[in-house]
Amino acid sequence: MLKFFFSNQLYLGLAQALVAALAAMLVVLLARKRGIHLESETLIAMVRGIVQIVAVGSILLLLLRGPRWTSGLLLAGMIVAAGATSARRAKGMPGAFRVSAWSIAFGAGSVIAMMTWLGVIDTAITSLVPVGSMLIANAMNTNGLALNRFRADVLAHVGEIETALALGAEARNSVSPYVQASFEASLIPAIDSLRSLGIVWIPGLMAGMLLSGARPVYAAVYQFVVLAMIFAASGLTSLVSTLLIRDRIFTGAQQLSLQPGR
Amino acid sequence: MLSLGESKNENSPDSLVITSTTSDPILRTEHLGRGVKDKVLVEDATFEVQTGEVLAIVGPSGSGKSSLLRLLNRLDEPTSGTVFVEGIDYRQISPRDLRRKLGMVNQRPYLFPGTVEDNLRFGPLQRGESLSQDSVDQLLARVGLKGYASRNVANLSGGEAQRVSVARTLANSPLVLLLDEPTSALDETSKLEVESSIQRVIREQGITCVLVTHDTAQAARLAERALLLESGRIVRAGSIDEVLHA
Repeated sequence: MLKFFFSNQLYLGLAQALVAALAAMLVVLLARKRGIHLESETLIAMVRGIVQIVAVGSILLLLLRGPRWTSGLLLAGMIVAAGATSARRAKGMPGAFRVSAWSIAFGAGSVIAMMTWLGVIDTAITSLVPVGSMLIANAMNTNGLALNRFRADVLAHVGEIETALALGAEARNSVSPYVQASFEASLIPAIDSLRSLGIVWIPGLMAGMLLSGARPVYAAVYQFVVLAMIFAASGLTSLVSTLLIRDRIFTGAQQLSLQPGR
Repeated sequence: MLSLGESKNENSPDSLVITSTTSDPILRTEHLGRGVKDKVLVEDATFEVQTGEVLAIVGPSGSGKSSLLRLLNRLDEPTSGTVFVEGIDYRQISPRDLRRKLGMVNQRPYLFPGTVEDNLRFGPLQRGESLSQDSVDQLLARVGLKGYASRNVANLSGGEAQRVSVARTLANSPLVLLLDEPTSALDETSKLEVESSIQRVIREQGITCVLVTHDTAQAARLAERALLLESGRIVRAGSIDEVLHA
């Protein structure tokens, strides 16, 4: 219907963005009716999202003409930003940004490097940056989920943790059930994505490949490849971040520093 | 060796008399204190506990009793002063060894999922030791829970759970038992059961004990000496009678 009104692709895109944003705001209004106020957070997130993605699109346009190493620079910048974003889910946990950035760098970075070396990801900027960003973004989400769950579990079980410490347990052992639970919980979205692939959803990448004329079977297989890489990157990130943050919530004298109200 | 035993003017903490004793105190604090941000939780607490003695720390809610006990177990770090365990500054003892030596029982038992026996074995397992079945049975008998070893902790009453918690701490063979309001979360019947278990342990084992309680009657039943805390400061120290009936 929108195509009927807009022949220029840029205007068509803006109109489509507006309609999609209105749908999102409708949810915000419904939430407001139930006393849940998401207005400012959603509005800011949407404005940020569109500005950032348009900016990246413009940068990509420039990078396409640049040397290949610039994609590495761009991905490194994305990792830092992803670290900062997911660290916000770990309020009150010391060193959350460094833990997040290092974990995403290790988790997503190692999978990107390995897969690029093996030829699974093409080294062309147009391939490496979008696929790499998908891995980083998913690693960021998984990391945020893991840290958030770990923080909540620790705060809900301070008594149990300190009881274990008081009985002579090593600090890292006293929180091991919560490290495990956080790791498992953080991977639920990635596992569900793999499990429901093609049945519940056809991911954007595959849709894009089909639209640009790729063979459906290759598009489907490559989509699986991407989701498997996402799982690997997310799993590694979550594993590293939960292990790193585990030691940061204790002082040198094995005292639990993450406490309610502190 | 020095010990806090009497007071010239019981209302003034500065006047607490330091007297000489012949034996080394098992536990001694020196100007121990902790403040968080602008709030003083414990201030300038200096006292001693002799081997085999039961010391009660009493005072109103929020007076810093539990904070003081957490400092003794080093679950929190002092911002001033220190604690000596058998004459050694506790900062020189590894936190895990220290906590084994100064075994703590919390207001709530916080039992780990599994059986009673699993809980009793937890402490020794942390240092790679396995508790014998005889030891498990003896510990349970000591707290009046003979035959409870294979019971799931989810099926225990509040009083039974707290007695398991006491036995679990004793499984580490502590030098000192730190009891933080061990009966305050229990109903009257359970409270009496737990208290009599503690009394039995003290009587039979002769274990040194520091008991935090807001229940002065309980302090009088279990302890020989007491410290009265107000706003984080020791305002009175001496025998139970001197502290509670002054």
